[in-house]
Amino acid sequence: MVAVRQLNKWFGDHHVLKDVDLEVAAGEVVVVVGPSGSGKSTLCRCLNRLEVAGQGSIDIDGRPLPAEGRELARLRADVGMVFQSFNLFGHRTVLENVMLGPTKVRRMSKSEARAEALALLDRVGIRDKADNYPAELSGGQQQRAAIARALAMHPKVMLFDEPTSALDPEMVNEVLDVMVSLAAEGMTMIVVTHEMGFARRAADRVIFMDDGRIVETGTPDEFFSAPRTERARDFLSKILPH
Amino acid sequence: MNALTGHLSELGHGVVTTVELTVVTTIAALLIGIIVAILRITPVPMLRGIGLVYVEVLQNLPLLALLVLFVFALPQIGITFPLFTSAAIVIACYEGAYMAEAIRAGINTVAVGQAEAARAIGLTFSQSLRHVILPQALRAVIQPIGNICIALLMNTSLAAAVGVVELTQAANNVNLVEAQPIEVFTGAGIAYMLMALIIGFTTGRLERKLAIVR
Repeated sequence: MVAVRQLNKWFGDHHVLKDVDLEVAAGEVVVVVGPSGSGKSTLCRCLNRLEVAGQGSIDIDGRPLPAEGRELARLRADVGMVFQSFNLFGHRTVLENVMLGPTKVRRMSKSEARAEALALLDRVGIRDKADNYPAELSGGQQQRAAIARALAMHPKVMLFDEPTSALDPEMVNEVLDVMVSLAAEGMTMIVVTHEMGFARRAADRVIFMDDGRIVETGTPDEFFSAPRTERARDFLSKILPH
Repeated sequence: MNALTGHLSELGHGVVTTVELTVVTTIAALLIGIIVAILRITPVPMLRGIGLVYVEVLQNLPLLALLVLFVFALPQIGITFPLFTSAAIVIACYEGAYMAEAIRAGINTVAVGQAEAARAIGLTFSQSLRHVILPQALRAVIQPIGNICIALLMNTSLAAAVGVVELTQAANNVNLVEAQPIEVFTGAGIAYMLMALIIGFTTGRLERKLAIVR
């Protein structure tokens, strides 16, 4: 579904992604972990070209990522993205946020898009907030609305860029629960997160990044109980509870 | 008071012309402002350059000079418009440069994440602008746009210099007959003030009505 080959990216002189190779199969849930500044968010953002990689190739569903233009817009419609800071459209209600993509990009009729949006909001548990503005929702509700907005496009892949990092601790689980149920339904997901619990529960594979490289990759069991590299051991010892 | 009441029809025509000129040029200036602001933020360097040159040229010349140039220079190369049209075109282009800068400032207040989210759901550049960026940008600058409208209203008096009989010119004409400058121009001033107050009141209401819940 997603194939990344020899991806390199620089911010000025700073080499943020170094020879990254990554294959994600349809239906697979890949969790990307690693210390801040290791390049995991950048990798995630390169996958729908919010960041442009310097070298290397990215294929989504067998097709190379197009350059700017309509082609790219079409591809992005197939790749859902959930941001750390939610990024709901502030001037539109939750329902309108979810309906915007289907009506403007997919040319779906208003009534059809509305019915589907309401069903999605119901699914993420905020049907009663449909007519509220994003600022009237809690962080957890906003992030669930953002997930509904991405799902409304019927994406082939979902990218999550630290979806719970901006949330108060008591709201993290309501978002993770939605993500776990998505994973269980077979959605292809790439999740950048610090939530090791989610990685254990839902990931098929954990990827550990450090200093722009993929240092280690394995099943959650392998990675958490027996990390092979010193850097992964060091990272885990710092974040896992004692 | 006779100086005013004896010439209500002339002064009334002047007011109507001023209102017409203000309304027409405000709409045109807003459209020009939106287009030029978009030019200034496109990813295409050449379009950005055109937007920049437009703003710098029009903001850095006096409106009166532009009016006189347009009305007297264009006929030399065979282009003539009715005086009202000429004045409207020049004022709209001139105020459009100010509108563009205000709107661009509004676009800059919209968080980068909004544009990223718009692109991430597959909206094209123009769709993101139309449905996500501009609606929020314009809401943020309703007040500055109102101020530009008031400045525009005052600037319509310069159209008198190229023969448009708007309120200031009408007042001037009346004064030539009556020789009562204090009465006549105080009356005209009050009329301008009322029109400006209406603009200010409208923008205030619009701003409250369209405010984004934050």
